[in-house]
Amino acid sequence: MIEIGHILAFAALAASIVQAVFGLRGERQLAGRAAVFAFVALAISFLTMIQAFVASDFSLALATKHSNTLKPLIYKISGVWGNHEGSMALWCLVTLGFGGAAAGLMRSERTKFEARALGVQGLLGIGALAYLLFASSPYLRMVPAPFQGAGLNPLLQDPALSFHPPLLYLGYVGYSFVFSLAAAGMMEGRIDREWAKMARGWSLAAFVPLSIGIALGSYWAYYELGWGGWWFWDPVENASLMPWLIGAALLHSMIVTEKRESFAAWTALLAVLAFLFSILGAFLVRSGVLTSVHAFAVDPTRGAVLLFGLVIYGGFALGLFALRAHKLTGGKPYQWISREGAMLTNNIVLMVAALTVLLGTLFPLMAEAFGRTISVGEPYFNLTFTPMLAALLLFLPVVQAWAWGKADVAGWLKWAGAGAVLIAVFAGLGVGVWDISLGAAFGLALAVWLIGGAVWEFTRRAKTFARVFKMPMRVWGMTLAHIGLGVFVLGAVVQTSAKYETTLALPIGGEGEAAGWHFTLDEVKAIEGPNWYADRAVLTATKGGTKTQLAPMKRFYPAARMPTTETAIYKTGTGDLYTALGELRNVEGEARYVFRIYFNPLIDMVYFGVLLIALGAGFSMWPRRKAAS
Amino acid sequence: MRARTRRIWTFGVAAVLLIAAAGLAFVALRENANLFYTPEVLAENGMPEIGKQVKVGGYVEPNTLAYADGGATMTFSVIDNSPHTIDVAFTGIAPDLFREGQGVVAIGSFGEDGVFVAKQLLAKHDENYQPRELEPLETAAE
Repeated sequence: MIEIGHILAFAALAASIVQAVFGLRGERQLAGRAAVFAFVALAISFLTMIQAFVASDFSLALATKHSNTLKPLIYKISGVWGNHEGSMALWCLVTLGFGGAAAGLMRSERTKFEARALGVQGLLGIGALAYLLFASSPYLRMVPAPFQGAGLNPLLQDPALSFHPPLLYLGYVGYSFVFSLAAAGMMEGRIDREWAKMARGWSLAAFVPLSIGIALGSYWAYYELGWGGWWFWDPVENASLMPWLIGAALLHSMIVTEKRESFAAWTALLAVLAFLFSILGAFLVRSGVLTSVHAFAVDPTRGAVLLFGLVIYGGFALGLFALRAHKLTGGKPYQWISREGAMLTNNIVLMVAALTVLLGTLFPLMAEAFGRTISVGEPYFNLTFTPMLAALLLFLPVVQAWAWGKADVAGWLKWAGAGAVLIAVFAGLGVGVWDISLGAAFGLALAVWLIGGAVWEFTRRAKTFARVFKMPMRVWGMTLAHIGLGVFVLGAVVQTSAKYETTLALPIGGEGEAAGWHFTLDEVKAIEGPNWYADRAVLTATKGGTKTQLAPMKRFYPAARMPTTETAIYKTGTGDLYTALGELRNVEGEARYVFRIYFNPLIDMVYFGVLLIALGAGFSMWPRRKAAS
Repeated sequence: MRARTRRIWTFGVAAVLLIAAAGLAFVALRENANLFYTPEVLAENGMPEIGKQVKVGGYVEPNTLAYADGGATMTFSVIDNSPHTIDVAFTGIAPDLFREGQGVVAIGSFGEDGVFVAKQLLAKHDENYQPRELEPLETAAE
């Protein structure tokens, strides 16, 4: 079976070459057929790999290293992409998938442009497939086949983590087609209204899964690592945040290009950068230059090949940009006090924010090159990234009412006044009544300001209640996404400033107080799962009339000889009561289990906010209604 | 020349913002990049400012692990291939592979009494993963 898969991958490579050659020559139909063929061939090839994992065919070397007969089915399947070679196969599949989908879905009159976009996508496919087949082949056999495999890294054996890589890759690699569209547009010197209309859908198609993928990864880190937080400014997290920020900037600049034909060169540059930063993310994460659970490849040559790819694609696209940017002018001139001026500010701030993240992520690597070992953590990002984004969000409710061309200055002064009053009220209440920090009070005001502003803007556009349901989906999308931002800020501010954490060491039958709850350790029992065994503690928590049981675990996976922490979370309605079980300690002759206990208020709002943003972006993909006659 | 003037303004504003951000970022980096101390480096360079976040690392010295606060806090000494040690206190759960004699990296700050109060401990996670800071130590030990 796997040999068929291997041959089909070569067939996909051949088809991608055909796609690139005929695409770049402008033959839309042939390039499209080749793209669909390449995708179907690689999809079947991918299925043969899944089949080998599911059937525990350990003659496949990859399955031996990353699968195990005792693993539950879902982790046998997710094991395919839970390793370096398999994840690169997934990367190829998504690249060809977007090419195939585009070949089927694009129906504009510009067939030559479409052909070229498919051609560039073919080039991207060739690069990815060549890397897969010649530098990190997942198709290698193992002779003789062992009876048992090593299993997947236990940390990755988790439902959220099964879907996290495919979603993240749909996002990262989704930007490959936006990149191809930009390259084709630059070749023709046409980044105009029509181009923006086409490209906008594709960049939303990447933005939505990227957002959900990041949120899933963050949620996994929250409950699996046992550290009680949802974002650690880990280089790997930063690697996914940068394309997201650029993607968000791109969505806004595309609107300007679509409505006013302005910012064409800038939009093209962002479209290219979104994908280049995705590859940079893959390089940082996969090359082993950073240590993390994601760094599968410790083989430096693979990192070098990824870096080479980044340089080639980057050189190609940025060279094209340098040659053609001067042709991408035109469109209506703009004023600063106008919607396009606001979008430009949004873009500049988002890009600068992305660059500060890049600097914080790369600085330790640069310092290491000079022989110093340092790391950059949360304090750096709280001083740079956070205030920048807060300032950007502060202006959002004011500027979203601005008209194209030239906005009414008196109107926005009224808005700015309302915002200033709101912040003053929260600052007064926060410091005087609620006894919270000024920063937290400002954060709460910002959340209310964003949510209120988004709702207000929607009602302003709808004018009457009857028109609410007739509003275009794009307006619904924008409103939801901006409400989502407010909800996210609310969760992030409340969780960060009001979380509670403590450590308890309890003997069996022992009692303790934490986060206003009374805890009793009832028992610690040894239990067994399909491919692990564990110590499972049972804690009874009571507060007032509420009583609940929490059962955090410490698991051990014999196949990988690795322990993991399984937290137990009780949702109180206002937040998460979060418990993690630690080691057994001998304290003054008594055996005590140590527990880490957190109360994370409103933490669900962090994830709900991101989901709203993704949902809003999804709504915006809805095709525009035909102009009413 | 309106469009041209506007473009110059746009680039000007963007450049000012970028320079301001870069300045801010470098100040933030200088203040907040966590320097890494092994016992030897600490003895050579002297103590960092009290309360400033840094990282310390080395091996957990055997037979120094003790508990305080009814078991919630662990204290131990960190050694390297020099005669010096750093005393560390940490309240919380030890990493899964925390052992006496094994490598450990702690993030936190020094207190008045010279004890390093750790906010977070990192230990070697499995065969393939260990904190980067420990790599030179391992190499030196071999």
